Amino acid sequence: MKYFATLMLFLWLTVAVANTADLVKFSDPAYHERYQLLITELRCPKCQNQNLADSNAPISLDLRAQIQQLLEKGLSNHEIEEYLTQRYSEFILYRPEVNQKTYLLWLSPLLFLGVGFVTVLRLSRRSTEISSPDVSGTPDQQQVADLLDDGGQ
Amino acid sequence: MLEPCQLNRLALFLPIILFLVLSVILLLGLDKDPTDLPSALVGKSFPAFNLPSLDSENGFLDQQDIVGEAALVNVWATWCYACRIEHGMLNELATSGVKIIGLNYKDNQKDAKRWLELRGDPYAFSVFDAQGSLGIDLGVYGAPETFLVDANGVIRFRRVGVIDERVWASEFKPLYDQLKATSE
Repeated sequence: MKYFATLMLFLWLTVAVANTADLVKFSDPAYHERYQLLITELRCPKCQNQNLADSNAPISLDLRAQIQQLLEKGLSNHEIEEYLTQRYSEFILYRPEVNQKTYLLWLSPLLFLGVGFVTVLRLSRRSTEISSPDVSGTPDQQQVADLLDDGGQ
Repeated sequence: MLEPCQLNRLALFLPIILFLVLSVILLLGLDKDPTDLPSALVGKSFPAFNLPSLDSENGFLDQQDIVGEAALVNVWATWCYACRIEHGMLNELATSGVKIIGLNYKDNQKDAKRWLELRGDPYAFSVFDAQGSLGIDLGVYGAPETFLVDANGVIRFRRVGVIDERVWASEFKPLYDQLKATSE
């Protein structure tokens, strides 16, 4: 029983320690939701293929703390993103803004969809032409008819 | 006007033309350094700050201490291995008359002072940024980083990574000389 109690205490402690690592306290619970959204949509500048939520690089810890402070200061999500792009460039946004430099990027899915649609349309049209060609009245057909007529006589 | 069969032949070559274009684009991309982020601060004024100096004799420093002449602002720390490699080059530059301002980034004050005693101090002064707040305002994401600031305190160039002879000669020197010449 004594051992069991010790073991339970030990387990409880490890859980407690594990929890503190990700404990971010906000004065208003609504901030927490926005915080989670922001850190998943912002990119760590150091470990480039991770977002701020996944990364444990020191710079990510700092930026998460900074975002927490900015939220408490009452900045909107857009203002926080702007704050960070002013310092870390647009690189930090996983979802870049639509502007002159990125409109091609944003429109390319539509463009490719259009190209694909046109291609499919043309291919299907061509295949119907091939499968049921209109041969009546062509010279070959005339010849076949003549030969058949000759054979019949 | 092209005949239909000529058009068909062109269409036949379309995939390989697309493939070649894509290959060239991707090939050019290979030369790019993915860790080299576009700098958001070039052309802007050095951000405002109010931080203690590393040796604490100069009291607090602010952005007014940066302006006056073209200078390098070098972000360094004792935990940063590459800063060790860079330090000799900074000493040389300082001896040759380049003004270098240190930004001691998220460091231990005692260790940082000892580092300068051991390896020589190329800095006119070092700003002690223990929390990394000025670092965030500068968009710093790793040390060493070096900013070239003109006499009016406007950031003109930024380099992430070590400065060596080659980098100095090709990336910094032409602009630095030009800034020096115009301010005199």
